[in-house]
Amino acid sequence: MPTLTYLQAISSALRDELRADPRVLLMGEDIGVFGGAFKVTDGFVDEFGTDRVMDTPLAESGIIGTAIGAAVVGMRPVCEMQFSDFISCGFDQLVNVAGKMHYRQGLAVPITVRLPSGGGFSGGPFHSQNPEAWFMHSPGIKVVAPSTASDAKGLLHAAIHDPNPVCYMEHKHLYRRVKGEVPSGVFETPFTARVAQPGSDLVVIAYGAMVSVAMEAVSDGLDGASVEVLDLRSLVPLDEEAILDSVERCSKVVIIDEANSTCAAGAQVAALIAEKGFESLDGPVVRVATPDVPIPFSPPLEAAVLPGVERVREACRELLAY
Amino acid sequence: MATHTAEPAAGGEAAVEHLTLEDRVWLLRAMLMMRGLEERAMTLYRQGKVPGSFYDGYGQEAVSAGAAFAMGPQDRLCILHRDLAAHLIRGVSPARILAQYMGRAAGITRGRDGNVHFGDRHLGCVGMVSMLPDMMLVATGMAMAFKLRGEARCAMTWFGDGSTSRGDFHEAMNWAGVQKLPVIFVLENNQYAYSTPVDKQYAVDPVERAAAYGFVGVTVDGNDAEAMFEAVHAARERALNGDGPTLIEAVTMRMHGHAAHDDMKYVPKEQVEEWRKRDPIERQENRLRVLGVDIDSLRASIKAEIDAAAEEALAGPMPDPSSAVEGVFCEGEAEPLGDGQAPWSGFGAA
Repeated sequence: MPTLTYLQAISSALRDELRADPRVLLMGEDIGVFGGAFKVTDGFVDEFGTDRVMDTPLAESGIIGTAIGAAVVGMRPVCEMQFSDFISCGFDQLVNVAGKMHYRQGLAVPITVRLPSGGGFSGGPFHSQNPEAWFMHSPGIKVVAPSTASDAKGLLHAAIHDPNPVCYMEHKHLYRRVKGEVPSGVFETPFTARVAQPGSDLVVIAYGAMVSVAMEAVSDGLDGASVEVLDLRSLVPLDEEAILDSVERCSKVVIIDEANSTCAAGAQVAALIAEKGFESLDGPVVRVATPDVPIPFSPPLEAAVLPGVERVREACRELLAY
Repeated sequence: MATHTAEPAAGGEAAVEHLTLEDRVWLLRAMLMMRGLEERAMTLYRQGKVPGSFYDGYGQEAVSAGAAFAMGPQDRLCILHRDLAAHLIRGVSPARILAQYMGRAAGITRGRDGNVHFGDRHLGCVGMVSMLPDMMLVATGMAMAFKLRGEARCAMTWFGDGSTSRGDFHEAMNWAGVQKLPVIFVLENNQYAYSTPVDKQYAVDPVERAAAYGFVGVTVDGNDAEAMFEAVHAARERALNGDGPTLIEAVTMRMHGHAAHDDMKYVPKEQVEEWRKRDPIERQENRLRVLGVDIDSLRASIKAEIDAAAEEALAGPMPDPSSAVEGVFCEGEAEPLGDGQAPWSGFGAA
């Protein structure tokens, strides 16, 4: 099994899909000749041509809207937002046209929207956001967020095969930092959660880049506690069974979001636990998230708001002592 | 890129290039059916049987009838809310349309969306959303797929004068121009976006903008179904020949309020009276009557059809409340749009 970076795994999924399915079409700004702002599609035009690896006008609503049109006449468009922040310009098409289409008219919209998200590199307020909760709140859109190289590939294949609009949150901070063994060829990772590390005293629930933070936070053993890490992988659908199962076994829960705290994915997980896992709890549900501020540019300011290893460790220690 | 005004057709006779007598009757029939169905729906609305509000296209019937008539079975349409005739031409039955208005289970959206917010996916149509120019991009994307696959097909969409102010108008026009796509944009200029007149909407007639995007813009008398047909037919030829998009400005008038609740006090009475003289149905009837077409019996047969459709729709059940949470996601295979009816004699049908 080859070892790939998270970014190489994304490229590999896209390449395999383009080879396997003539309906697959990549659309985005600067993805063709230039190979993408992060080089995910570097060299693709040489193999697949500029029609299938399409440099679009600088128009995010245009990218999502035309992808919808292409999808309903039989294509499988994969749209790249250069930064997930820019999806705000395509929000209406995604939420109102794509998300509601099947419910209203029984018409499937098989599009995948790749959203390079997250901070940690002084991207500032417009290149660092984690907009997944916007789409969790919009019916008809699936949302997935891989944390490992293998899931980056498998979830992307599954997203492209899915007959619905799927927001694929790829975390920029993981692109070249996360590496792992990745199966070759086309395979699907299910839209379910994964126990990244089993434990029984406390569970840390995370997704995307926060899974690495969680793993690092609990790596020193937390004074001998048995700590589980649950990687959600999919936010819509949300794997309620896996979450409640972890809560039942561990009884104490820390939920991490890199997104702004209010109404974040973790807030939904906390609500689920309050509704359906209350009897299993041995302490308050603890959340660690970015406060409700735009992501600041300067390194000490950014580090002050994004959840880091120390904050997570401290939250776990306090809860274990509860 | 030339922007030109299509030859206005005179009252009694038209420069008919591509329409047989049967086609011309088809156009009248579609317009009469549209008006009749909308009038019946308005009655049902007043009787409390149509929930929400009700939107119609009274006086604008020629825009959708003429345009949709020029489209082939494999072409794809994104239809606006004052364009009911397009649905009829594609093959949606009157009973399903009335059921749709009344939020019944047999409506095209099975009660999930209201009034003309529908498209029958089996007939090559995508229903509109309320953010009106959104569908310009969807149609552009369809055309993009056709071009990528080398298919001789085109996409068409309608939108209003108000839509020309929104960003998606620009994004779609620009995208279609850059990629030279087989798409037809029908700007249904009915003088008012809700209460806002066109002089508060744009400083330059939007048909002029087509040239700025690198393609042809044409102004057509939107109250002449045959002129609409000819303009769209020519645009479709251009599209299929690889000559790119066309913007067609259909000049017409919204003769009723924005919706049933709107008394349109903001429209000068003289303006309405002036346009009433240019009624598209009356014009088509006058043309055909002199050719010996029995208009009275045509009207009678349409009325009978609408009576039967209303009876059928009223007898149908409301949707099951327990189904309200179903169908948000597609659980099976994604099935693309199917082909629609295309009654124009030039397609060899009927």
